[in-house]
Amino acid sequence: MSGTLLLPPLLTGAQVTVELTLTSTVLGAMLAFSAGMARGAGPWPLRLFAATYIEIFRGTSLLVQLFWLYYALPLIGPRIDPFVTGIIALSLNIGAYGAEVVRGALLAVPRAQHEAAVALNFTARQTLWRIILPQALPEMMPPLGNLAVQNLKDTSLVSMITIADLTFRAQTLRNLTLNSIPVYSLTLLLYFAMALVLMAGMRGLERWVRIKGQGDMARA
Amino acid sequence: MTDTPIIRFQNVSKRYGDLTVLDHFDFEVMSGEKVTLIGPSGSGKSTVLRILMTLEPVQEGVVELDGLSYRQPGRHGPFHASARHLHQIRSRVGMVFQNFNLFPHMSVLRNITEAPVAVLGLSKADARARAHELLEMVGLADKAQAFPAQLSGGQKQRVAIARALAMRPRVLLFDEPTSALDPELVGEVQEVIRRLAHEHDLTMLLVTHEMRFAREISDRVCFFDQGRIVEQGPPGEIMINPAQPRTRAFLGAYLPETSTG
Ligand SMILES: Nc1ncnc2c1ncn2[C@@H]1O[C@H](COP(=O)(O)OP(=O)(O)OP(=O)(O)O)[C@@H](O)[C@H]1O
Ligand SMILES: [Mg+2]
Repeated sequence: MSGTLLLPPLLTGAQVTVELTLTSTVLGAMLAFSAGMARGAGPWPLRLFAATYIEIFRGTSLLVQLFWLYYALPLIGPRIDPFVTGIIALSLNIGAYGAEVVRGALLAVPRAQHEAAVALNFTARQTLWRIILPQALPEMMPPLGNLAVQNLKDTSLVSMITIADLTFRAQTLRNLTLNSIPVYSLTLLLYFAMALVLMAGMRGLERWVRIKGQGDMARA
Repeated sequence: MTDTPIIRFQNVSKRYGDLTVLDHFDFEVMSGEKVTLIGPSGSGKSTVLRILMTLEPVQEGVVELDGLSYRQPGRHGPFHASARHLHQIRSRVGMVFQNFNLFPHMSVLRNITEAPVAVLGLSKADARARAHELLEMVGLADKAQAFPAQLSGGQKQRVAIARALAMRPRVLLFDEPTSALDPELVGEVQEVIRRLAHEHDLTMLLVTHEMRFAREISDRVCFFDQGRIVEQGPPGEIMINPAQPRTRAFLGAYLPETSTG
């Protein structure tokens, strides 16, 4: 049956998709926290820098960012391996969206909490790390989880810069076999399966963040 | 109580945009004195406390606490003072808020030990021992492991008082500490504050609408109206026999006996 023939190449592509997703989600999360905290609670030069980064990457298309890094950058600077280019663009992109989630959650912590921290003579840094961030963290987990799933789906765009991910393999197979229905159906299923696993993982992480918070409290 | 002022406002003006809340305001509190601010809503009572807690800067005048000026010439920021200088001021003053402002992600014990460990550098063991003493004092020895969400309003406010006391402030500010409480819980919090009022060294500045309570615990009551102290003195004088018609009108709404007596 065609399914058994189609599956191995698609799985090879899915593996690339998984690698892209995991790497860029982890890097993107680090960027999101750095930029979100810089913009939400940093001194003004950092705030400006973070805001510029965030708005540029939220305000332009991921596909064009990929093309720019892949086709334009080598003309004025280094040529980067396509896989690395994909990772960079995806990370910067999810980092920018994630930064807004992080910043929003930080700003959503009530002013009264900041005032209590002042009254107890915490420094600004202690206030951020001990009072504000622990309260903001559980709030940012669900939207960050959504972004991770969004990122998984966005990885399909890297097929446009010759990375042999799941979408790339699907297109190749379709061109080869002219069998659009099984190829793309199977591809959809594979993306969906990966998304399910990712969502379960993010929910686990969310629960861990909450329990970790409680653990901190119990240890006091 | 001593004769040295620990709190001093001299010619202080505080504005929010066009709104002048304090207009050339003068005010002193002696070390160890228990002072209550009363007055109509919007008259600037909380503003005085918030300025002292460094939550609000002033536009003009001198504010001092324990000899430390709130502004240092030539410095930047809303307070014209360095972070270190503000840190010194804050080490002498604590505040109990109307809405408790406990840290919801920390246990009761951690709420009380966090700042002594992180700010004062106490060992965890010392901070815990002190926290247990304080919890005992406010009648919540059995709630150390509870979380704020599991407490009643009265219990939360008693934790907040213990938390403030753990920093050993010289001045403790209370902004309507019982206003957010159900009536049946007011008494337990007042009882804790009443006991604190007998602490000789602690300077207390309290805003309240509970006139009977103000009378019980204060050395001095100040009646506030439109950013000025209209009348002040020992509670017996102010509350039983106010000289100013505005004070009389205000108290009349609270204490039926003043209008007749
Ligand atoms: N952050 C702010 N921005 C603008 N106006 C403010 C701000 N805080 C307070 N005010 C105004 O300043 C005035 C004095 O406020 P304050 O809170 O000191 O009054 P209060 O005497 O404590 O009143 P209440 O009994 O209602 O608590 C009020 O008119 C209030 O609306
Ligand atoms: Mg007030």
